[in-house]
Amino acid sequence: MSAQKDRWVSSFSFLLFCVSSIPTRGSARLLQELSPQEYFGSLQAGRASLAYFSHNVSPGAQPFLEQIENSAEALQDYGISVVKVICPKEDVSRYCGKENALRKAYLFRGNMLIREFPTDALFDVNSIVANVFALLFNEVKYVETLADLQNIENALKGRSNMVFAYVPAIGTAEHRAVMEAAFVYGTVHQFVLTTEATLLKDTGYPDVSSARLLFCHCQRATDLAQPCRRTAMGQALTMLNIHKHLKLMGAPLVTEVAEDPEKVSTVHLQLGLPLVFILSQKETYEADRRTAEFVAWQLLGKAGVALLSRYALRCFGVFGVPIKYLVLEDTDEVITLVEDKSKVEQIQEDEEEEEEEEEDEDEKENNNQVSRDKKRELPLEQILVLTEETFHSALLETARMVVLFYASWEAVSLAVLRSYTEVADHLKGTRGVLLSRVNCWDWPGVCTEENVTQFPTIKIYEKGERSVMYNGMWGTEELTSFIMLSRVPCPLKLATIDEAEGYLRGEFPSELSSYHHTSLLGVFSTATSEAFLLARSGGQSVEGITLSKQNTQDMVQMIRYELLDIFPEITVQNLPRYLQLRKPFLIVFSDGDIGQIESKEMLKLTKGRPQQEFVACWLNLKKTPVGRGVLKAYFATMPSLPVLIWVNFHAGGQVFKFPSEQSITELNILSWLEKLKAGLEVPSSKCTRVCNVPKHTLLALVCL
Amino acid sequence: MAPAVCGMLLGLTLYTGHLCAVSAAAFLYHDYCVIGAGPSGLQAAYFLQRAGRDYVIFERSHAPGSFFALYPRHRKLISINKRYTGKSNSEFNLRHDWNSLLSHDRRLLFRRYSRDFFPDADAMVRYLEDFASLLKLRVQYNTAIVHVMLEKDRQAWNGHYFLLTDQDRQNYKCSSLLVATGTWVPNVVNFPGSEYVEGYETVSINPEDFAGQTVLILGRGNSAFETAENILGVTNFIHMVSRSRVRLSWATHYVGDLRAINNGLLDTYQLKSLDGLLEGDLEDLAIVKDKKGKLHITLRFYLENRNTSGGIDSITLPQDELDNFATRAPYDRVIRCLGWKFDFSIYNRSLRMMPGKGNKKKYPQIKPSYESRGTRGLFVLGTASHSVDFRKSAGGFIHGFRYTTRAVHRLLENRHHGVPWPSTVYPITQLTNSIIKRVNEASGLYQMFSVLADIILLRENATAFEYLEEYPVGVLAELEMQTGRKAPSGLFVIIMEYGRNFSGADKDVFYYNRAVGEAQHAWQSNFLHPVIYFYKHLPTEREMRLQHPDWPLPRPDAVHHIVEDFLTDWTAPNAHILPLRRFLENCLSTDLRNFFAESCFLFAFTHQKLPPFCRQGYMRLQGLVGSEGLRRHAVEAGLLEDYTLTDFLGDRTPDNHKGSQDRLLRDHMIPVRPLQHLVNAKDEL
Repeated sequence: MSAQKDRWVSSFSFLLFCVSSIPTRGSARLLQELSPQEYFGSLQAGRASLAYFSHNVSPGAQPFLEQIENSAEALQDYGISVVKVICPKEDVSRYCGKENALRKAYLFRGNMLIREFPTDALFDVNSIVANVFALLFNEVKYVETLADLQNIENALKGRSNMVFAYVPAIGTAEHRAVMEAAFVYGTVHQFVLTTEATLLKDTGYPDVSSARLLFCHCQRATDLAQPCRRTAMGQALTMLNIHKHLKLMGAPLVTEVAEDPEKVSTVHLQLGLPLVFILSQKETYEADRRTAEFVAWQLLGKAGVALLSRYALRCFGVFGVPIKYLVLEDTDEVITLVEDKSKVEQIQEDEEEEEEEEEDEDEKENNNQVSRDKKRELPLEQILVLTEETFHSALLETARMVVLFYASWEAVSLAVLRSYTEVADHLKGTRGVLLSRVNCWDWPGVCTEENVTQFPTIKIYEKGERSVMYNGMWGTEELTSFIMLSRVPCPLKLATIDEAEGYLRGEFPSELSSYHHTSLLGVFSTATSEAFLLARSGGQSVEGITLSKQNTQDMVQMIRYELLDIFPEITVQNLPRYLQLRKPFLIVFSDGDIGQIESKEMLKLTKGRPQQEFVACWLNLKKTPVGRGVLKAYFATMPSLPVLIWVNFHAGGQVFKFPSEQSITELNILSWLEKLKAGLEVPSSKCTRVCNVPKHTLLALVCL
Repeated sequence: MAPAVCGMLLGLTLYTGHLCAVSAAAFLYHDYCVIGAGPSGLQAAYFLQRAGRDYVIFERSHAPGSFFALYPRHRKLISINKRYTGKSNSEFNLRHDWNSLLSHDRRLLFRRYSRDFFPDADAMVRYLEDFASLLKLRVQYNTAIVHVMLEKDRQAWNGHYFLLTDQDRQNYKCSSLLVATGTWVPNVVNFPGSEYVEGYETVSINPEDFAGQTVLILGRGNSAFETAENILGVTNFIHMVSRSRVRLSWATHYVGDLRAINNGLLDTYQLKSLDGLLEGDLEDLAIVKDKKGKLHITLRFYLENRNTSGGIDSITLPQDELDNFATRAPYDRVIRCLGWKFDFSIYNRSLRMMPGKGNKKKYPQIKPSYESRGTRGLFVLGTASHSVDFRKSAGGFIHGFRYTTRAVHRLLENRHHGVPWPSTVYPITQLTNSIIKRVNEASGLYQMFSVLADIILLRENATAFEYLEEYPVGVLAELEMQTGRKAPSGLFVIIMEYGRNFSGADKDVFYYNRAVGEAQHAWQSNFLHPVIYFYKHLPTEREMRLQHPDWPLPRPDAVHHIVEDFLTDWTAPNAHILPLRRFLENCLSTDLRNFFAESCFLFAFTHQKLPPFCRQGYMRLQGLVGSEGLRRHAVEAGLLEDYTLTDFLGDRTPDNHKGSQDRLLRDHMIPVRPLQHLVNAKDEL
C-alpha cells in the first residue's frame, strides 16, 4: 500500500517550510553575498556581474532584492553573476558611501562599470534580464522610424536575414524573450527592436496591442527596391516560440522526398507541426516544384512542405497527427486546412491552459465522461441487486430472471447499465420478468460459475434452470423486445387456424403485438413437404419458404437470409446484417423518407434480378444522422440530396457517385453500373484505404 | 541395503518364495505420496482429490498440523487474519487472509476460526483438522516416513518409483513424491559451553520463571523476539546476539523478517532501558559457568589457548583485557532461538537432496518449478520450498505456498495426465479488462509477487488471447512444455513488484515522496504495483539464465508499470486503465478502444479495416447502440459527433458560414478551383 496521503501531508508541510524560508533559500545558492573588498577582488576581465550594494537590508529595497535574487538563476545561465555586496557600516567609498547609491544596481564588465540602474527600472526578473542583456550585448539594434528599418534591411540584402521585433514596452517578458533570443542567434541573424507602434503599423500590422516578431528573409532577396519577404510569427513571444520560429525559418523551404512518407522526419514533424506532401510526377516536376514553393511560402512557420516522387506513394495530403488524406483541388485548400488546424490547436491550447503535452483528446474525453458519470447517479432502484448469497435463491423465486453481469469499473458495462435501467423502466409492472444485476467486481465467484468471461453479459434464466445468453445489440429497444419475446415459449404451438392467422398478423399472442416485427411459422404436414411461412412487420407481407435443407445450421442460415429485405433502409442496427452478404452497396442517401420515384426505380432494379451482385438500399439521414458523417467523409462538399452512391466495401473500398445531373431511373443506373464495371468512371471521392482508424480521432470512444 | 529390505519383506508379507526378490506387489502403491499433513500437504491433497487422483498423505502425528500444536511456543501467530476489508470480493479478501487454505468450501475461511487479528496457534490446529476432515482428505496418521529411496523403472512416470518406509517398516511405492515436511529440525550451534544453552523448543513460557533474571538470547528472528517479548517485563535485562543486523519486515517487505508485533525489545534497547542488541559470530562464542551458576560470555579463542582444565578462574574473560567489554555482566540464562531447517536425513543418497547454498542451506535445492534438482518427480512444497523466493516473497508462508502448491499441482496435471494448464480464451477486446480485473483482485499475484505471474498468450493476428493464471515465472522459458499451451505470437506477463531499490534492512521506507501519484512516473513506483512485460517470443532458457539477478524476468520487448495506488485499487480510468490500454495498443499495433455502434457504422463505410471492438461487437450484431439518453450523454461529453444539428443548407454556400458551424466541416468547404496537374494525380489514389 502506498502512502499518497502521507505524501500529501508531507508536501503540504514542505510547502510551509518553503514559504517560511524563501528569502534565505535563493541567496544561499545563487546570489552571492560579499564584502566590497571580496567583490572587487573577484571581478574577472570580460565577465559581467550585476551588483547591489547594501548596508543592511533597508525595508524599501526588499521587493527589489527579491526580484534580483530571482533573476540570479536566469542570469547565471548566461554567465552573469549577481552579487549582493554588504557594505561595512563605516564604509564611505564610491558605491557604499552615498545613501542614494544604495538605491541602485550596478552592471560591471570586468571591473568596468557599464551602467547604473535605478532600482525601480528593475521591477521584476524580466526587466532585469532584458535590461542587462540590452546593455551587455549590442547585437540588437534599436530603430524608431521606418527609414531606419529600411536602411538596415537594405544593408543586409543578399547577406543575412533580419529578425524584427516590436514590443509595446521595455522590460516586459516579451522584451526579455527577444533579448535572450538575440543572445543566442545574434551572430546568425540581425536583430532589430522597436517600441514604436507607428513603425509596426507602417510595416503593415495594424494590431499594435501585443508584441510581434517578423522574420525578414533578406538573405535571398535580390531586388534592392523590394522589401524583404517577411514571415510573422503567429504565437506569443516566448523564448521557446521564438526559438521554434527561427528553427523553422532555417529549415529548407521544400524538402524533396522519395521514400515512404511515414518515415520522413523533418524539423516540422519534430516540432509537432504538420507536413504537407505534394505528389510529383516527372513530367510535371517543374510545375509541382513551383506549386510546392508557393504553398511553402504561404505555410512558412505553420507547416512544412515536402515534394514526393510519384512512384513512391499513391496518395498525397496533409500529414501530421492525425494523418489526413485529401484530394487537392486548390493550393488554397491546403493552406486553409493547415491554418484552420493550427487555429483549432491554439484554441485547444488555450483551453487546456498549461503543460500536459501528452494529454490528448481521448484522455480529456475520458475524464469528462467519468467525472460526469460519477456525479450522476443512475436510477437503479428498478433493478434487483444480486450477491453470491442471494443469486441462486433469487433465480428460483422468479419465473424469468434477467441478469446483467458487469464490472463496476468497466466503461462498456456502465454504458449498458444505463440502457438496462431504461429497459427496467419500460418493463416496469410486466409480470413474470425481473431485472437484476451482479457486479462481478464484488462477486467474482458467481460470475465464474455462470461462465461470464466478458463484461457485460446478459443472461435470462427461466425458473433457475435454462439460461439464454443475450447476443444482440446493446440497445434499449433491442433488449426490451428480446426480453419480451423470451416470455413466449419457443417454439410456440398453435392449435387453430385462427391462432395461426392471428400469429402471422402479429396479433397473437397479444402481449407481444407491440414488440415483434417478424414472425416465422412452421407448417408441418405429412402430405406436403415441410415449410415455413414468414410474416413481416405485423403480417403486411407473408412469404413461403420451402424447407429444402435439413441441417439446423443451414436452416438458420437460410432463414437469416430470407429475413433480409430486398430494398432495405440501412440503419445503424441492421448494417452488419447486410455487410455480411459481402457485396457492394448501391445506396441512396435521402434527407428524410425516400422519394416515391426513387424507391420505385430502385425496386424495379432489384426485383427483376433475384441473384443481385450488389445490395440495393437506402439511408434516411433524419433517422440515421451519422449518414451525414459518411457523406462528409466521402465528399469535400455536401452533395445535393438524394444522392446515389456505389460503395465497394470489400474490394478496395472505392466510392462512386451517380452523376447528379442524371435522374435516378432504372435505365440510367444500369448504364452507369455498366460504365463502372468497364472502369470508365472515376472514383468520385477520396480513397478509404486507411488501414487503421486515426489514432486520436475525435469520434466516439466510449471510455466512460 | 537390499538384504535388509528383503528380510523385512519376508516378515511382513509372509512371502515364502526365493530369498531376496523385491516384489512390487509387496508395496502399497499410490500415484502420489505426500509427506506431511501440514498446511501445504493438506493443500496439495485438496487439489489432488479434486482432480480425482490416487494419493495419500503420511503424517507422523495423530493429527494434522503437528508443528502448530507446539509452535510458536507463545502461541501467537503472526500471520494476519483480517476479517474486514470493506469488500465482498472473496478473491480480493484472500489478499488479507494469511491463514486460510484454498478450497471451494466457504466454511473453511480462517476468519470463522478466530476473531483475533493475530490468531492463536490452537485455532490453526483446529482449522487444519477441519480442513482434513470436512474435505475428507486421505491422511494416514501415525505414519512417520523414515526412509525414501528410488527404484529405477522405465515404465514409471519419471523413470523411477519412490519407495517409502515408515517407522513400522511398512513400505509404500509412489510415482510422484510431494515433500511437505516443512522445516522442523532446530538449528543448533556448537561452541564450548553450548550445553548450558536452553532451546526455544523447551524453554519455559511462564514469565514468572524469569523474574529478576538476566537473559541472553541467541538469534534475531521472530522466535527470538517473541521469546524476549514474553519476558521483557520481568527480567533484569535481555541481551540478544546474532551474526547479522536486525531485519525489519516493514523495511524489507519480507514477512519472514522481524515483524512489528514482536519488536518490543527494539523499543527498550533504543530507549536505553537496559535491554540490548549485539552483533557477533556465534561460532566464536564460548560460555563458562561459574560456581554460583552464572553464565559468563567469553571467546572460543581464549579457551583454545588455555593450557589445562583449571576452574573458571583460569579462563580468560574478555573483560580481563577490555574492561568495558559489552557482555561482561554474567547471565542467568542463555536461550537459543535460531530457527529451523529441513530434515535431510530420511532421503537416500540416490535422491541427491542437497542443501542450498549460503543462507538457503536450511532448504533443499529445488528448481523454480519446485521440483528437486536431484530427482525428477520429487516436488517440495510449503515452507521447505522457500529457497525459490527466500527473503523476497511469501513462498515460505501459508498465504504464499497455498498458491505455489496449486501451481505445482497444475504442472503435475499437465505432465502426468495430459491436462493442460487451465486457461480461458477471450476476444482481444477483453484484453484491458482481463488485466484490470486480475490486478485488482488476484490474491496469488499479490502474495507471491515477483514469483507467480499471469500469462497472456496471444493468438495469431492478435484477435484473441488465452489467459493463464499464476504460473511460476522462474520456468517461463519452459512454458509450452510445462503447461501444454502454445505461445506462437508473443505474450504478456503480468506480475507485481515493489520498487527496485525500495526494500532492504537498511533502507528508509518513510522518506518524503516515496510514493508517486502520476501515471507517467509509474515506473518509479515503490510500493507493490502491477507490472506488465511484453515478449514477442517466449524467452529462452539462456535468456532466463542471463537475466539480471534483481529482476524477476529477462529483458522484455516492452514493459509497463501501473502506478502504485494507495488503496491498491487500480481501476482509475485515467491513471490506470488508459495508460495500460495505450501500452497494449502499442505492443499489438491495434486499437483497443471501445466505440459506440454509430461510430462503427461510420467506420464501416469509410474504413477498410475496423477496430477490433467494432469487428468483434458491432459487425457481429452486438454493437453498443445504447439509447437516446446515452447518445445525448455521449454527445455532451464530446464522444460522439452530433450530426442531427448540422444545417446542411448553410454548407453549400460558404458565404453564409460565419464560423459557427462544426469546425470539422470547415475542412471541406473550400471553393473548388482545380489545378490541372493536381487533378491528374487522382489516378494514384
